[in-house]
Amino acid sequence: MLPEALKQYPAAAALAAKADSSITGGKFEFKELTIDVDAAQIIAVLKTLRNDLGWNRLSSVTCVDWHPKQTGRFEIVYHLQNTSTWERIRIKAALDGGSPEQLPEIDSATAVWAGANWFEREIYDMFGVVFRNHPDLKRILMPIDWVGHPLRKDYPVHGYKYSYKSE
Amino acid sequence: MSKVLHLEDHHVASELAPQAPVSETGARRMTVNMGPQHPSTHGVLRIVIDLEGETIVRAEPDIGYLHTGIEKECEEKTWQQVVTLTDRVDYLANLSNNLVYALAVEKLLQIEIPERAQWLRVMMTELSRLNSHLVWFGTHALDIGAMTVFFYCFREREEILKILEMFSGQRMMTSYIRIGGCALDAPRGWEKVVRKFIDGFPSKIDEYEGLLETNPIWLKRTKGVGFVPLDLMLEWGITGPMLRAAGLAMDARKNTPYSSYEKFDFKVPTRTENDVYSRYRVRLDEMRESTKIIKQALEGMPSGRFQAEAPHVVLPDREKMKTQMEALIYHFKIVTEGFRVPVGEVYQVVESPRGEIGYYIVSDGTAKPYRIHMRTPSFANIQGLPKMIEGCLIADTIAALGSMDFVLGDTDR
Repeated sequence: MLPEALKQYPAAAALAAKADSSITGGKFEFKELTIDVDAAQIIAVLKTLRNDLGWNRLSSVTCVDWHPKQTGRFEIVYHLQNTSTWERIRIKAALDGGSPEQLPEIDSATAVWAGANWFEREIYDMFGVVFRNHPDLKRILMPIDWVGHPLRKDYPVHGYKYSYKSE
Repeated sequence: MSKVLHLEDHHVASELAPQAPVSETGARRMTVNMGPQHPSTHGVLRIVIDLEGETIVRAEPDIGYLHTGIEKECEEKTWQQVVTLTDRVDYLANLSNNLVYALAVEKLLQIEIPERAQWLRVMMTELSRLNSHLVWFGTHALDIGAMTVFFYCFREREEILKILEMFSGQRMMTSYIRIGGCALDAPRGWEKVVRKFIDGFPSKIDEYEGLLETNPIWLKRTKGVGFVPLDLMLEWGITGPMLRAAGLAMDARKNTPYSSYEKFDFKVPTRTENDVYSRYRVRLDEMRESTKIIKQALEGMPSGRFQAEAPHVVLPDREKMKTQMEALIYHFKIVTEGFRVPVGEVYQVVESPRGEIGYYIVSDGTAKPYRIHMRTPSFANIQGLPKMIEGCLIADTIAALGSMDFVLGDTDR
């Protein structure tokens, strides 16, 4: 359900008209529109945004780790742009923390934009979020045999390997 | 020692090496490693290329050799300290990176930046755009075999670096644009130096053009090479001069103006051929437009403060610090613990010489950023590289790579 306060914004209202049940929240702050959606519906929402509502460009995909929160620990953030009005919109999907054996999973946006490929590989590398149906999910910035996901908040800045504190 | 993140990384592919060569046509397929130390990549980029004869059938870029964990490091620094890290993302467009970071944080802080500071920012970023395009132009021509252009370009680049040094004390890692304004006011006599450079520069661009425009080797090696359709470029997130050479006038300076770019009169050059040659033309025209912007900034530079009136963010004058109690307290607070930024998230975009830089910044209300994601243009552009070179001859790879104008530090962060 779209929050009442957001109904005045055409972009938010248009999405609500198509996929109101997938929306879990949203806000308008610093002149930027953010819409929270259900992670299970993310591909359907992105397809609607791209095909029906004119958000034809994917600017970036990234992730935020809200450690130590377990419910909704990872927020996958999509920034879209409309190349005829040059407006931007932010779509967010929250994922639970998972465990070392069972990493959090979400569907890959490569089904909608092929260009999500490397951004999602980067998130997998840095946060350990698995993208289902990704064509080539492997580490991109860290070495292939690296253990751990460095941008997680419980990963120390100096890493585990070279910690001088533990000596 | 904590064991939280010793995960079994079963999702990692066993190795990046390509599959065993199989060919449908029966031709012998060969796998070649281009890089990681190939001179034409101007950095550390490895491309795994499958060849049939001299034709590329598959290309896969492998990045990460220059990964330095800048995003992680940002989370450990105070807001103002991060400025020095943004410099190091892209050594040719450090002012664009400073600017996008400063704009994003100022949006969160909701502070008003004085007009003089905005104009100084515009002038300096345009100078660094010239710097970046000159380095690209010189090295690109060098890769293709025209050696002389390199010396001409670096002659003018030296002048720009001297101007940057005059303003900020540094030639490359300037950290000139800070949260709340600029690091320093324009130095005494700056108008004379900038005017001397900018008056002479348009004729220099003509000179570069003269070096290459009638050179048959240059034309043969660039025209019709490295074509990617516009819709594929949008699909893969390619931005900047590459996209403008394909006909889409996407330029954040024009479409979503920031830092008072709307007050400057300039055009966004576009072409439609969408090959290496048209990218070179677009960048040359951009240099001319940047020259115009710098000239307007020089002639209309407003007077006033070069930093915002925001005592909790901007360091006080040295003089005030010695005479006023409040100034001393603010100085002590900002230097020892930094300033707090309200809770929120912003996505700020600026146009760097290479394309769209977007910083996504999340603040949790403390004196350090909670998360900074840098959407760098080189990262998204290199992602589209296979689309550009698959089906081409291997010799054209060099020209196609050069026309992307990536910086590997920008890719790997």
